[in-house]
Amino acid sequence: MALPTQPWTPDDDAPSARVVRPYTLTGGRTAPKVELPVEATLRREHGGSPDPTDANLSRILEVCDKRSVAEVSAHVHMPIGVVRVLLGDLIEQGHVRVQATLTADSSQDERRELIERTLRGLRTL
Amino acid sequence: MDYARSSAQRSAASTKIVVAGGFGVGKTTLVGSVSEIMPLRTEALVTNESEGVDDLAAVPTKATTTVAMDFGRITLAEDLVLYLFGTPGQRRFWFMWDDLCLGAIGAIVLVDTDRLDEAFSPLDYFESKGLPFIVAVNQFDNAARYPLEEVRAALAIPEHVPMIDIDARDRESCKRALIRITEYSLEQLTASVAVH
Ligand SMILES: Nc1nc2c(ncn2[C@@H]2O[C@H](COP(=O)(O)OP(=O)(O)O)[C@@H](O)[C@H]2O)c(=O)[nH]1
Ligand SMILES: [Mg+2]
Repeated sequence: MALPTQPWTPDDDAPSARVVRPYTLTGGRTAPKVELPVEATLRREHGGSPDPTDANLSRILEVCDKRSVAEVSAHVHMPIGVVRVLLGDLIEQGHVRVQATLTADSSQDERRELIERTLRGLRTL
Repeated sequence: MDYARSSAQRSAASTKIVVAGGFGVGKTTLVGSVSEIMPLRTEALVTNESEGVDDLAAVPTKATTTVAMDFGRITLAEDLVLYLFGTPGQRRFWFMWDDLCLGAIGAIVLVDTDRLDEAFSPLDYFESKGLPFIVAVNQFDNAARYPLEEVRAALAIPEHVPMIDIDARDRESCKRALIRITEYSLEQLTASVAVH
């Protein structure tokens, strides 16, 4: 499979109706192993287990550092659901870790703290 | 102060705001006006339009289609990134909103006064999910202008929901919208704490 050189950008206004074969990309697996919100930022971890030999895992590992799940999806041209499954593998193998986001389990304090930080940031933009 | 706790709270994080509205209402334009990167496109998997979910377990083993959403990013601090996701407003896309809205600060519903009916679906959705949202009326050049309170009445938007005018092409205008939804989300959080 040829490696995409450009991320997906919104070149048209219509929602796309691309046909994909998700099972082919994930080797038949369906459920991600970790909870991964679309905005979750990935960090590449070096010095763990040997680099993956699977071509799709390698592509993702190559682009994921300091990028969100959504950005990885755009850069490797794979749907979110597929990227989640493959990132789950990379996390389990110790190649990638995930930074904090708000989740359904976040406390009121955590929510408030992150929203306040966001507000401060937006006001100084 | 508990050191472990405070350092955990200050750890690098990302968060998101959702921009919803009908086709052509200015979602991608808004995202592009404030994003530090060219808006990017991501895709969610659709099984069929009535019951699709972005979950491979629900996808038939053969080929499936996808639906696109555009997004941008804003680095707010060394340790904080905000993502903006523009998502199509029609009811048939609700399946991807559950995933998209989980953990979101809130949503901006973009409205074109020439096509008010397209706002009903996102308004219903965010109201039913209890996600804080504001309504931003995009001022298209050739469209008739209506006072915000008329738009509020026409869309039956509750009194407490903030409404603003916006020019999605203007960075400052879009920034104000982001600040407003974030302030409102914080107010809602405070209000919900107060009643508990
Ligand atoms: N006059 C005017 N045009 C706008 C505004 N926002 C968007 N547009 C135009 O409306 C068209 C559709 O906008 P787009 O952002 O692609 O809509 P989307 O489908 O919601 O993503 C584009 O040609 C924009 O340039 C606005 O605030 N004022
Ligand atoms: Mg668009």
